[in-house]
Amino acid sequence: MTQASASTKSPQSTGKPSDGLSDDTLRKWLYDMQLIREFETRTMQAYQQAKIGGFCHIYSGQEACAVGTINSVNQDDPVVLAYRDHGHALARGMHPRACMAEMYGKLEGCAKGKGGSMHMFDKPNWLFGGHGIVGAQTPLGAGLAFAARYEWEVLGKGKKKVALCYLGDGAIDQGAFHEALNLASLFSIPVIYIIENNGYSMGTAIHRHTANHENLISRGQSYGIKSIEIDGFDIVDVYDQFKPLADECRDLQRPGFVDLKTYRYMGHSMSDPQKYRTKDEVDTWKEKDSIAALASRLMTAKSDGGRECLSEDDWKAMRSEIAEIVRDAVQFAENGTDPDVGAELYSDVYIHPVPNLSPMGDYIHGDKNPLL
Amino acid sequence: MTTLTAPTPPGATRHDHPALPGGYAVPDFDKPLPPREGDREIQYREALREAMSEEMRRDERVFLIGEEVAEYNGAYKVSQGMLDEFGAKRIIDSPISENGFAGMSIGAAMYGLRPIVEFMSWSFSFVAADAILNNAPKMLYMSGGQWGCPIVFRGNDGAGGQLASTHSWCVEGLYANVPGLKIAIPSNPYDAKGLLKTAILDPDPVFFLESERMLGDKAHVPEEEYYIPFGKARLVREGGDCTIISWGRPVNFAAEACERLAADGIECDLLDMRTIRPLDMDAVVESIKKTNRIVIVDQSWPFGGVASEVISQITEQAFDWLDAPPVRVNTADVPTPYAKGLESAYLPNPDRIYDAVKQCTA
Ligand SMILES: Cc1ncc(C[n+]2csc(CCOP(=O)(O)OP(=O)(O)O)c2C)c(N)n1
Ligand SMILES: [Mg+2]
Repeated sequence: MTQASASTKSPQSTGKPSDGLSDDTLRKWLYDMQLIREFETRTMQAYQQAKIGGFCHIYSGQEACAVGTINSVNQDDPVVLAYRDHGHALARGMHPRACMAEMYGKLEGCAKGKGGSMHMFDKPNWLFGGHGIVGAQTPLGAGLAFAARYEWEVLGKGKKKVALCYLGDGAIDQGAFHEALNLASLFSIPVIYIIENNGYSMGTAIHRHTANHENLISRGQSYGIKSIEIDGFDIVDVYDQFKPLADECRDLQRPGFVDLKTYRYMGHSMSDPQKYRTKDEVDTWKEKDSIAALASRLMTAKSDGGRECLSEDDWKAMRSEIAEIVRDAVQFAENGTDPDVGAELYSDVYIHPVPNLSPMGDYIHGDKNPLL
Repeated sequence: MTTLTAPTPPGATRHDHPALPGGYAVPDFDKPLPPREGDREIQYREALREAMSEEMRRDERVFLIGEEVAEYNGAYKVSQGMLDEFGAKRIIDSPISENGFAGMSIGAAMYGLRPIVEFMSWSFSFVAADAILNNAPKMLYMSGGQWGCPIVFRGNDGAGGQLASTHSWCVEGLYANVPGLKIAIPSNPYDAKGLLKTAILDPDPVFFLESERMLGDKAHVPEEEYYIPFGKARLVREGGDCTIISWGRPVNFAAEACERLAADGIECDLLDMRTIRPLDMDAVVESIKKTNRIVIVDQSWPFGGVASEVISQITEQAFDWLDAPPVRVNTADVPTPYAKGLESAYLPNPDRIYDAVKQCTA
């Protein structure tokens, strides 16, 4: 685990959490971010070929947000997401095959083809779903953290945990979010609300959709929640600022709030003509690209302040390895099994189906989920 | 993953399901229920409290959350004394944030706890509609069987008494439409206890519909532990002339109407459905085969409601057995009025049920 290497500080420590990060860890983060980028590129292709249906939201540009924050917590800390969820699912450890197969609507998908792009669930990785209703996941995040605290405090089992709940800047306008913040602070629940602030709620720029948009952290602060702003393009900085917050929220069993500033490169969803922003604007943000920035940092000589732990060839090899993995995921999804109507349409509706629940007939148990 | 298990109630069997850490217990429903007659008379609200307290004593994962449930001892005194016994970590006063605390409890249920969420009234559940309709009943399906949602939502359903239109909702007409949830609606203290205990053990989301107007009703509730199965109607009264079916509070009105009808020489089968999802259509069809007539008493609105569903299923399953068109008694198809006279005309009542049976048997 990256956590192990992160906890040992190097001798020339300047007091930043990232000082202790090993070269391996940083290379792994680069790998994870590139995996997401590549995965999304292939997702768009598959969507354009009509292999993927429904609403599909691409994560490209925001990779440092998911990878930096998820790597600041433990593997068994609960995570819950909005619908722009492929990146987090991969960062959390979901196999690209399961993620792609889900979008293809195949039985081998993480939800057996019953959820699609917006609903990535991965129980072994403590991922409690992508959620399609804007803001709906925010009370759920409080509940996951509440339960984790209850398990530790009332049941006397387990350990202190912290839950991560991701949302977009558009979701801060939802009532559910404000109720969740109030509950989290009132009940002292260890959940961190991570606002992936990409500046747009669909086509509505942030200054047109939320009041006091330059001071989002005041939303968290007004509920007595420790709230910080982070530049979501520099993954090392994300880690340096987020890791201490996560540790503190875990330790004190308190909520947190992060305005994580980022940008999405692609349209809101696959059907967005993007009339509300200019190509220049997008290009300006792309100059900050988190993947390019980390790769260059790892390739730059130590004398120039870099890490000097990745050669051009290494980076090239890494990218082609990733391309191969994603190609394999697409191939896997292509070859996947269409869910059998007899086995899957009426299964997973009830854990304990009994007769007469529906005039259409009896509910059944379907195939076991491939992730379990 | 940590498995959160609880002791299995005596006689129950433990079932495994990948979505539920620690599995779930199913009571032995073959065991005959204890007698309904006796002199241990308690109120409906006490029956509810006993059900929750018994399950909370056995299973530490169970907690109660809602407005005024703890320090105020319950807005309707259902949870009276529970804070003293179980403490503030398990009997939790929530702010007036139905969407927030319902959603939070759903998250806790996914994680493996067993929340009981009290809505002061089901009329207030609409601000939590997304959580209770879009999340709880769909989580298992959407996650392809990975995360379940073992939760009970409970509270007052139906007219409380001149509370007018915003506070008098019968939500069964709306909520029964949603697959993935179960709905129980007891009409008396004995059933309230046995059904609520089953609801708490049930691994799926259960909507438990009580009635402010019945909380003070008294009846014998046996000392011994019992669980009432979902999907098994109770034959309250037997007769060969007409079948009356109902659920929740109007069962009591129907029983009253039956007395008067008997005086007129009309004997009815009265079925208390006890749960709407599942709905014991087997019992309904069996009774129709005997009486060939049916009156359905449903305290929610008629359009696309539970009574309409019952009639659809009857036409599918027992059309040839009917000697007369089914008759339904619903609330009037208007918002709930305030004035006493208007409200009582609006609700199903013994007079309207009496008339409906007369019409059906004419
Ligand atoms: C309650 C609700 N209203 C509207 C929508 C449609 N919708 C989906 S995403 C979205 C924009 C949300 O933007 P934001 O929260 O900033 O997330 P981002 O897409 O930028 O990641 C809208 C309006 C929805 N899914 N749910
Ligand atoms: Mg946004």
